[in-house]
Amino acid sequence: MNGLFSELFISSLVSGGVIAGIPLIYAGLGEAISERAGVLNVGLEGMMLGGAYGGFVGALHFQSTWFGLMCGGLTGMVISLLMVVLCVRLNSNQIVVGIAITLGAEGVTALLHGAIYGDSYPRVPTAHPYAIPLLSEIPIIGPGFFNHHVSAYFAVACVFFVSWVLKSTGIGLSIKAAGDQPHALEAAGGGVHRTRTIAVLSTGLLAGLGGAFIVLVGAGLFVPFVTNGKGFIAIVLAMLVRGRVKWIIVASVLFGMSLSLTTALQLAGVDVPIDLVLMLPFVLIIVVLFAFGRRSYLPAALALPYDREQR
Amino acid sequence: MVLASEITPTVELIGITKAYPGVVANSDIHLTLLPGEVHSLLGENGAGKSTLIGILSGMVQPDAGEIRINGKTVRIHSPRDALERGIGTVYQHSLLVPTLTVLDNLLLGVDQGWKLGREMAMARLHELATLLDVEIDPSSIVGDLALGQRQQVEIVRALWRGEGVLILDEPTSMLTPQGAEKLVQVVRRLVSKGLAVVFITHKLSEALDLGDRVTVLRRGKIVGEVTPDELHNKSRLQVTDEVLKMIFGEKSDASQGTSATQLSDTAGETFRVDHVSVKGDGPHPVLDEVSFALKRGEILGIAGIDGNGQKELAEVLAGQRRVDNGEIILEDLSIQHLSIAARQAKGLRYVTDDRHGEGMVGPLSIALNVVLKRVGEAPFWRWSFVRHGAIREFARKLINDHDVRTPHEEVAISTLSGGNMQKVILARELALAPQVVVYNKPTYGLDARTTAIVLARIADQARAGVTTVFISTELSEIVAICHRVAVMYRGQLSEPISVRPGIELQLGALMTGSTAV
Ligand SMILES: Nc1ncnc2c1ncn2[C@@H]1O[C@H](COP(=O)(O)OP(=O)(O)OP(=O)(O)O)[C@@H](O)[C@H]1O
Ligand SMILES: [Mg+2]
Repeated sequence: MNGLFSELFISSLVSGGVIAGIPLIYAGLGEAISERAGVLNVGLEGMMLGGAYGGFVGALHFQSTWFGLMCGGLTGMVISLLMVVLCVRLNSNQIVVGIAITLGAEGVTALLHGAIYGDSYPRVPTAHPYAIPLLSEIPIIGPGFFNHHVSAYFAVACVFFVSWVLKSTGIGLSIKAAGDQPHALEAAGGGVHRTRTIAVLSTGLLAGLGGAFIVLVGAGLFVPFVTNGKGFIAIVLAMLVRGRVKWIIVASVLFGMSLSLTTALQLAGVDVPIDLVLMLPFVLIIVVLFAFGRRSYLPAALALPYDREQR
Repeated sequence: MVLASEITPTVELIGITKAYPGVVANSDIHLTLLPGEVHSLLGENGAGKSTLIGILSGMVQPDAGEIRINGKTVRIHSPRDALERGIGTVYQHSLLVPTLTVLDNLLLGVDQGWKLGREMAMARLHELATLLDVEIDPSSIVGDLALGQRQQVEIVRALWRGEGVLILDEPTSMLTPQGAEKLVQVVRRLVSKGLAVVFITHKLSEALDLGDRVTVLRRGKIVGEVTPDELHNKSRLQVTDEVLKMIFGEKSDASQGTSATQLSDTAGETFRVDHVSVKGDGPHPVLDEVSFALKRGEILGIAGIDGNGQKELAEVLAGQRRVDNGEIILEDLSIQHLSIAARQAKGLRYVTDDRHGEGMVGPLSIALNVVLKRVGEAPFWRWSFVRHGAIREFARKLINDHDVRTPHEEVAISTLSGGNMQKVILARELALAPQVVVYNKPTYGLDARTTAIVLARIADQARAGVTTVFISTELSEIVAICHRVAVMYRGQLSEPISVRPGIELQLGALMTGSTAV
């Protein structure tokens, strides 16, 4: 058992946890915004996957991590446009459209990747980490937490920004109102459709960034289904934090750690069946849902289409 | 003096028509709002008043017709369009976000910029609260407020930007007489500044007191008007009579009297509330040692200005809120620890004032809503199968008895007019034969005729032995049907006193706390 408490194990667990957790932060934050505005975005996984592929293509083309991330975010946003048109404007069923988006993105990205890159699996340019002075020098956990690509820190900054937006800005108020009592928002002169559009597009952007992060900073290359259910984990996280978006950071890193446990265990030389470890995050989700699920906060008008005259 | 025809009307509605499946809510309506004039809009439940003002406020799109504002033809596509043209509205059903604070609700939709101007909003709120002479805590969560307080917030919001037209859809239905009087003063002040006001109410005296002009709707059509000249020159009695005829048609029986019957001396005590206290979040208890005892068939009126603990008392009795101290006794049995369902099984019923929220499931049909609290019971269920035929028949009977205006019993209850929803929910409760009923403002939003029907039904029930707690802000109703009355003031309940003529003054003093409770 000495392996479990070794420095190597802990620092690889932390660093792997952050790398796996950052995409959850991006996507979970995105989902939280949509949910507060009353749109249950089940297409999150698809938007992440689209972002992963878009980011991969962009990074290869421009030979730049940053351009790759931008392309990833944009791809996610374009996919979310589908959700805007179908769910926000045309009032289709949000769950059905979300599933369709996920399935569609899985198919299309796998197809495109196979057709264009075949079996060559090209690697994207390396994303160089930036060690935050002082903090990264903390023994054992310092490098794990504070030596990453800048886009990882940016994710955390995004959470604080969104938290501020929800609390202190007009659009933030509108988003909360659109989820809780959309008729009241309209009566006050706001636009439910406009607000939800903004929310869903932000979700697409953030999910796309999360997907691109997986490929550009985490894996270094694209393989089909690379997001591997992270979108769905993010949906659960968003519900669990009950609208308090800052908790997404903590929850995501914890889940990220459980996701990265395999690697850490291998590095530490502990022999546990891989399948068991791979199951862990999902077991964790179920346990957490049992423990806190009943207290999960859901806006009153979540997943309900809005029609002004249908009172 | 200028002739009316020389002034440019603030708003002209021309030939407005709006049909819903099975009903024509508005049919070729012409309505003119003049600056500096209060226009009272009257009509029975379901007449089409809310639909009409919904069209002006941008909530509803008309099928046909034209809207002119200050002489110019405009299209109002959304509430935002209306607000930008200076049309502010207080809707019949609370349209505030329950999870946000009062201040944030007021800022909603106004300030689309980045940083919210909370300080400036505070100042504006203070200004309007002073004008209205109300106390509003800007940081309280709207969902925690009593309906009356919420309505004050909505009035503030309507005035926030409303500089041309103020639409009030039954604003006084949840206010106390004092609150209503205050509102009247505010409206007068606003009108003297040149605003045009639309005032919808079911209280005829208010409509005539405040209105410079009266229009009456019935079944979607304009059936009559009273001009300012007529209001001036005719006697109040004559006008009242004419207007009642317009509202209900020729045979109007709206003013039928009801009165409490003598209680038999042998009636035993059935329901007792003993020193019940609830702490609440604030420094003062929400309920402070409330006690009363009722005999079988007795109706106890609970008067008071909204927000003094009446709703909390009702919730405590129904089991929706925990008691911190004290006892509730029904038929010699302590029930304060029983669940809502267990209390219902013991024959205790609660008719909430938030019938729109708690009392019904909007998208379900009227038929299903009337059996909502009787799932599994015969004759609506047999061997755990639903019997739709029986349910529909029961619903049709209630619709008939209470004159609910609807195409049929299968329409979603949310499409009914506000008053007609109330009728359905009340009909449902009145059809039961409970031991004890707690009513919270049962006649809120009902037209005069339906109010009379409901009061008569409550009195009938009492005569048949149902013990009743009747919470209301309408002193006239309390005096009409209650045996005894007590006043809630800051969580304390005064000693119940027997109802006798002229008691209103004494009650008024208790309600404002000017006598020691
Ligand atoms: N969204 C809707 N769908 C279907 N029918 C509707 C809808 N809105 C209103 N109606 C119908 O239109 C008619 C007029 O309703 P409206 O709300 O205007 O009445 P009202 O005069 O305001 O009555 P109240 O005094 O009860 O509030 C009613 O018969 C109602 O059932
Ligand atoms: Mg109405």
